[in-house]
Amino acid sequence: MAQVAAAEPELRRVIGDGETVADGEVDGLSEADLVALYRDLVLLRTYDERSVVYHRQGRIGTYAIFWNHEAMQAGAAFALGDDDWIFPSYRESAIGLLRGMPAETILSWWRGHPAGWWNPADYNVASISVPIATHVPHAAGLAWGKKLRGEDACAIAFFGDGATSEGAFHEGANFAAVMRAPLVLLCNNNGWAISTPLSAQTRAEALVDKAVGYGMPGTRVDGADVLAVYEATREAVERARGGEGPSFIEAVTYRTAPHATADDPRVYIDLERVEAEKKRECVGRYEGYLRRLGVLSDEAVEEIRGDAADVMRTGIGAAEAESPADIGLVFEHAYVDPPPSLAADLADLRRILGGSSG
Amino acid sequence: MPEITYREAVRDAMSEAMRRDGDVFIMGEDIAEMGGSMGVTQGMLQEFGPERVRNTPISEMAIVGAGVGAAMAGMRPIVEIMYQDFTTLAMEQLVNQAAKHRYMSGGQLKVPLTVRTQGGAGWSPGAQHAQQLEAWFVHVPGLKVVFPSTPEDVRGLLFRSIYDDNPVVFFEHRTLYGIKGEVPAEIEPIELGQGRIHREGEDVTVVATGRLVHEALAAAADAEKDGISVEVFDPRTLLPLDEEGLVSSVKKTNRCVVAHEAIVRMGFGAEVAALVQERAFDYLDAPVERVGARFSPLPFAPVMEAYVIPHEEDVLAAIKRTVGRNGNG
Ligand SMILES: Cc1ncc(C[n+]2csc(CCOP(=O)(O)OP(=O)(O)O)c2C)c(N)n1
Ligand SMILES: [Mg+2]
Repeated sequence: MAQVAAAEPELRRVIGDGETVADGEVDGLSEADLVALYRDLVLLRTYDERSVVYHRQGRIGTYAIFWNHEAMQAGAAFALGDDDWIFPSYRESAIGLLRGMPAETILSWWRGHPAGWWNPADYNVASISVPIATHVPHAAGLAWGKKLRGEDACAIAFFGDGATSEGAFHEGANFAAVMRAPLVLLCNNNGWAISTPLSAQTRAEALVDKAVGYGMPGTRVDGADVLAVYEATREAVERARGGEGPSFIEAVTYRTAPHATADDPRVYIDLERVEAEKKRECVGRYEGYLRRLGVLSDEAVEEIRGDAADVMRTGIGAAEAESPADIGLVFEHAYVDPPPSLAADLADLRRILGGSSG
Repeated sequence: MPEITYREAVRDAMSEAMRRDGDVFIMGEDIAEMGGSMGVTQGMLQEFGPERVRNTPISEMAIVGAGVGAAMAGMRPIVEIMYQDFTTLAMEQLVNQAAKHRYMSGGQLKVPLTVRTQGGAGWSPGAQHAQQLEAWFVHVPGLKVVFPSTPEDVRGLLFRSIYDDNPVVFFEHRTLYGIKGEVPAEIEPIELGQGRIHREGEDVTVVATGRLVHEALAAAADAEKDGISVEVFDPRTLLPLDEEGLVSSVKKTNRCVVAHEAIVRMGFGAEVAALVQERAFDYLDAPVERVGARFSPLPFAPVMEAYVIPHEEDVLAAIKRTVGRNGNG
């Protein structure tokens, strides 16, 4: 049995603060890569900010805000190949954008419209399962399945700090380790599970410590540092592809927005901390880094933001142009081949629909 | 009599038990500062403190399992599962543990645990957040199952459930939290296993639970305009079931409709239909009609959800079908 080193408790960082802390760099990233990563960040940020506005305008339903989580999503996704599977939680609802999924699809999902159903195999992005942590075993199984089929692909599962309290997380992580599944467990530690702070979720000093117990390497990174997340994920993916099994990454950030649009965090959150964290938000930090490197001009920023705004305009326009949800789909999708005993329900549905259109 | 909401009634029952009895405490996800996802426990942290109003990690299995353990230790825990859909994560603890400990100790151990949970459709939160699963639990010997529909009932039944020495699974319907109703000034516990006739009638008995009690009452008012007299019977507890009350109502009206929001197929309504034909076959003038959700996961899209779940019109249509038949077929 391979020896697993103790998890790294220090927060890994690459981006400096432009003053006392110097910028680092990640090997192997070209200037074009660095700008492409910025583009991903801006796309996610724009998606998120527009979605909050759309919600207020009544154009989408309740929405799980991911402001200041963009770096961990974009950084991790950037380290994956297109064949690698992403298992998002609701917090990563828009991560498909980075795999070419149209904004219309994701906005339709939040609108509760059937046009929001995507085929996971088209993007290698799993459907979102809202019961907490329940997708961790799926990701373990998918990664293991890929290995059994002799494919090179691995899987990444995104889940929150609160999710580490669920049995499904524990069993999935242990299972993946035992099977040496090529899996990356990416824990979004934003400090809160709705109103419950991390201190009420665990007595572990750091979530990354759990990795040791599963016999897998663990890394703790600044989740608002897109390059640190990218680098840690790239290492984990290399291990996975090299047959060394799963890794755990704790990406630490702070939830500066409400849990979702329906939540009012003022009764439980520390508002001063929120304000301080907002100043260190992840997109601005990376933008500062690129400007200090001299690879990002004002014109480029403007163009990238403009493109993202276009994606959203087109997306919401298309989502709103969808015809109303088709009730006829109700019995279509629960089974590959609906059991004959459901025929009466189907006949009833056809009669009603036929009646209303006739 | 004071008027309070269903939400306040639930809170009242718990708070009163906690004031009277140091063995009663509540735990669950986000129930403390936030007051629960539906605001039910708001203010309880301030009154009872963090030891007795306890936020838990997101661990449904441990919430119910530790509730079982605390009950064995002599406490009367009230645990909350945030959404009824997530009772699935605690199923082992409910079905194999809470329900079985008394039996497996030869009747020597008791598990006075109350598991509160809420759910129900109407706000279209999709396939994993609005199911009505109460019928699953009625199939498990050792559990009691309660599903009140009014502020008065929810308060009296919850208070009684807390003091029941058996594990009780207590269902609340999300769309009812805001409804108001009169309640006695002092809490009056309501015995489990006693149904309630909400409205007397002559022509047909509608046996309804949860949200469907209100849909049935609306349908009954409509049917009256057509000269049909409807009796609305709410069993209030599914286990134990007030079989006498239910059967005697059907014997009086000679017709029966069962209405619940949960899926019709293999549902609670099937049990009621069987009971009625066993105990009142000779009194029936028409087959028992069932109203409930269609056999589909709950859709996210509001129009699709509205199609899947039952409404007043469905109850009314069933009333008319059954009254439209006569005893000779
Ligand atoms: C099994 C289960 N239990 C409870 C919930 C209700 N719930 C939704 S989000 C959430 C908090 C999750 O927190 P965390 O894992 O930290 O993720 P974050 O929201 O911070 O991204 C809870 C308890 C759920 N969806 N599933
Ligand atoms: Mg969290």
